[in-house]
Amino acid sequence: MNTHDDLTRALARAYPETPGHLHRLRDRLAAAAQRDGILDVAYRTVDSPVGPLLLAATELGLVRVAYDSEDHGTVLQSLSERISPRILDAPARLDATARELEEYFAGHRQAFDVALDWRLAAGFRRTVLYQLADIGYGQTATYAKVAQLAGNPKAVRAVGTACATNPLPVVVPCHRVVRSDGGMGGYLGGVDAKRTLLALEAAA
Amino acid sequence: MIAKPPFETVVAAHGATVLRVCRAVLGAADADDAWSETFLSAMKAYEDLPADADVRAWLVTIAHRKAIDVTRAAARRPIPVAETPETAAVACDLDLDLTDALAGLPPKQQQSVTYHFLAGLPYADVAAIVGGSADAARRAASDGIASLRRTYPGGGARKGAPDEHA
Repeated sequence: MNTHDDLTRALARAYPETPGHLHRLRDRLAAAAQRDGILDVAYRTVDSPVGPLLLAATELGLVRVAYDSEDHGTVLQSLSERISPRILDAPARLDATARELEEYFAGHRQAFDVALDWRLAAGFRRTVLYQLADIGYGQTATYAKVAQLAGNPKAVRAVGTACATNPLPVVVPCHRVVRSDGGMGGYLGGVDAKRTLLALEAAA
Repeated sequence: MIAKPPFETVVAAHGATVLRVCRAVLGAADADDAWSETFLSAMKAYEDLPADADVRAWLVTIAHRKAIDVTRAAARRPIPVAETPETAAVACDLDLDLTDALAGLPPKQQQSVTYHFLAGLPYADVAAIVGGSADAARRAASDGIASLRRTYPGGGARKGAPDEHA
């Protein structure tokens, strides 16, 4: 059956894969999906001083920022389950976010202007995350202070949980929340990333 | 419950296969549009696809329907007179390469060969797409391969690939 295999192998080779061509087709698909209103989640990754960041946006706005340590594949699978499986690697929707992050990491931007989609944070956690915008660039606040701002001074641990599950790190500045004893506290992107962000803001 | 992966995963896993299928049944000129239509339709319907469905067979089925649409639309278009002599010359050229040979097969043979040998679908799936029984699909593919071997005796040899200048 060698000749049979030869012919079928030749068939497979007769339509050679051309990655550049497929890439263009995928770009076209993303544009068409956006036009038809079926691109429920668009994503891209950007490089940053705290490692590659996954950015994902719905039609409403930025819905997720994820550190490499969270595993981007796992995060995308979770977005598929929680929001919609109609997800494409489609950078255009994240252009403004990517630009603002670049400016932030260059020390030229202190606050983000992009629209946010808060659907991945609910209840008290969302209330906590809303308060973080009030901690100015280069400032820090303690977990206890944030609990107080969120209207529940006893909920210090819940503030810690809200920060640890922040779906929009960097943009929603949970890195500015530190311990009352002066310690830095944990961070979902790792303590090194938190130190990097605080140092960046202190220097600018 | 099996969670459905992001649609991007589907495009990455099957994009090349679907493009080969579109090229084989339509030719390079119409393949890109058929590919785009296939994935756009698939993305619209993706949420309703059962989680345990065979995604590749599902995509090839959609591509098959899109190819029929494109072929019908082309048949309705008036034949451009200026191009006819050249087209005829190409069709009469005896130095056919394999893609031309496949393009020249009767539709059912061409589709059965493409869906089984290029897309890797079992004959039961091929039959579900082209109609008839799995045995009939197997015979059509077998007849198609036999015919290809007659018009393309070189078997493994290949020439005229546009992207290679070896």
